[in-house]
Amino acid sequence: MFARWEEIKKDRRAAWVAYILLAMLLAAAPFLIGAGLGRGWVRILDFTLLYVMLALGLNIVVGYAGLLDLGYIAFYAVGAYLYALLASPHFGLHLPFWALLPLGALVAGVFGVLLGAPTLRLRGDYLAIVTLGFGEIIRIFLNNLNAPVNITNGPQGVNFIDPISLGGFSFSQTHTLLGFSFPGIYTYYYLFLLLTLGIIFVSLRLQDSRIGRAWVAIREDEVAAEAMGIHTRNVKLLAFAMGASFGGISGGLFAGFQGFISPESFNLFESIIVLCMVVLGGMGNIAGVILGAVLLTTFPEALRYLGDLQRLLFNDVLVDPADLRMLVFGLALVLIMIFRPAGLIPSERRRREFGSEATVLKQEQASLYDSQR
Amino acid sequence: MDIFTQQIINGLVLGSIYALVALGYTMVYGILELINFAHGEVTMFGAMIALAVMGALLGTDLPGILIVLMGLAVAIPGCMALGFAIERVAYRPLRRAPRLAALITAIGVSIVLQNVAMLIWGKQYISFPPLLPVVRYEILGATITNLQILIIVLSCLLMAGLLWLVTRTKLGAAMRATAQAPDVAGLMGINANTIISITFILGAALAAVAGVMVAAYYGLAHYHMGFLLGLKAFTAAVLGGIGNIAGAMLGGLLLGIIESLGAGYIGDLSFGFLGSHYQDVFAFFVLILVLVFQPSGLLGERVAERA
Repeated sequence: MFARWEEIKKDRRAAWVAYILLAMLLAAAPFLIGAGLGRGWVRILDFTLLYVMLALGLNIVVGYAGLLDLGYIAFYAVGAYLYALLASPHFGLHLPFWALLPLGALVAGVFGVLLGAPTLRLRGDYLAIVTLGFGEIIRIFLNNLNAPVNITNGPQGVNFIDPISLGGFSFSQTHTLLGFSFPGIYTYYYLFLLLTLGIIFVSLRLQDSRIGRAWVAIREDEVAAEAMGIHTRNVKLLAFAMGASFGGISGGLFAGFQGFISPESFNLFESIIVLCMVVLGGMGNIAGVILGAVLLTTFPEALRYLGDLQRLLFNDVLVDPADLRMLVFGLALVLIMIFRPAGLIPSERRRREFGSEATVLKQEQASLYDSQR
Repeated sequence: MDIFTQQIINGLVLGSIYALVALGYTMVYGILELINFAHGEVTMFGAMIALAVMGALLGTDLPGILIVLMGLAVAIPGCMALGFAIERVAYRPLRRAPRLAALITAIGVSIVLQNVAMLIWGKQYISFPPLLPVVRYEILGATITNLQILIIVLSCLLMAGLLWLVTRTKLGAAMRATAQAPDVAGLMGINANTIISITFILGAALAAVAGVMVAAYYGLAHYHMGFLLGLKAFTAAVLGGIGNIAGAMLGGLLLGIIESLGAGYIGDLSFGFLGSHYQDVFAFFVLILVLVFQPSGLLGERVAERA
């Protein structure tokens, strides 16, 4: 499939046609899905975009810079709580969205540096466990900071968060344009799509920039990268900060979209799922990461139809589909990794370096043993 | 009652359970460099199988201790089979794949096992039947039960046995050789696949015992119990220096003691600002602090950068 896409890319006119078709598809998506599968799926579509942003943020840390982060959801939490506390009746503050979004990115970025700074000397799985611990610490604090001073409202979470609105245009209300009616979940879709495209653009530009190449160099060999004059400390911190700020943006959008947040939305399992999106899609490859995020968000939802399937096959619901859902999800993770260990769409760089997938795998084998003590 | 001694005793009990589970993580990591995320779930299966067997035998007039032993006797081989199967089905095909791919599979296996357990045993908490008579002893102003003594003594014996196995037997030498250089070990006539299988089986056996201990200590078992236990045990393994067997034991005991001391004193330390629900924060905070100053854990060897 990808070889053909490369050919299309070379032919400029065909490329334009493809881009325009893609743009039309994205623009019509909520209407097509809303009509075909129902409103509930448009909501899932909105969440999918939030997860695409999250996965692209984690991709910078894990995919580009090769730093295994198991606490990434903490930044999502920071962004979400910042938005929730500054735009809800909880403190009586109602800051505007245009101020909160960059602020969320900034504060999450600062938290990224806070996490990154003490962990610079750690590598591999030591880093993984420290980031995991950091994520848990943030969650436990969110859970317990309701006493003696009530800051986060504890396990009950923050409710009645202001819906996102820009210059008097509220995204949560139904708007009518050119005879089309746009309910709240539709307008949110376009806002999220715009921001997702922005994050994709930033990721693309970072990938081939001086910084992006420095990240890849650190991932491949930190000592050699340092010898080549890369300031590894600053560049690693930048990776943490960039990844975290994407998470912060996504978190703020989540809070405004959902209207309610509680610490339970930010547990370790969420971090793990976002990591799965990145690795399963193909680390370091933007298209792969997007595919991973879309698959892992929609697949569990699609599995809700397992009840219908059982009724079709056995005329009866034998096992509660909610119970079966995660089981099938886990099996799918195992099977995909066994059959496509480098991810669904392996990263461009590896393809360029090694030609075919077979050689990629061979190379991986060699490097596995090289890196062993 | 002396709170300090009491917390140390509680910490030792908790810590020896962590240490048993941590050994499974560290042994697998030493050989495959893989975080076996499913290990916590193996522990949970150990507890669940034992409880199922004990529940079935509860009506008979066998002595309580015998019923518990029979539960263990079924749980240990059950978990060994499970550990073997996990490695064979999920990890072996990925032996030569990128490391993160294996990590994701491990997560997948963990999710699958949890949900299988939920389908078999349901979502409710299962209580440990009161089969063992509780005897309390007074030591230095603190109380210790016979169960606590049993847990500490049994884990010490198991750990001593494992250390003997790894350092003094031919099998242990083969395990260490495989961990150090799999290719060279193969040239010396060691079948790496067999050694890896044995490692998983040994780890699973220890996990089964630990699972039964947890269920007996807290009096409860639940399909979700493996997750947090596994997390704590993995933290302990990293604290001690992952891949290092003595490190896992030290890390487990330390983490247990830190946690229970933290739970007891965190209020005083923070002038009443933080309550005992910050227990886990305390544990992770100590972990981060240790790793900042000793990046490869307490007993971990300094890993040469890209040797």
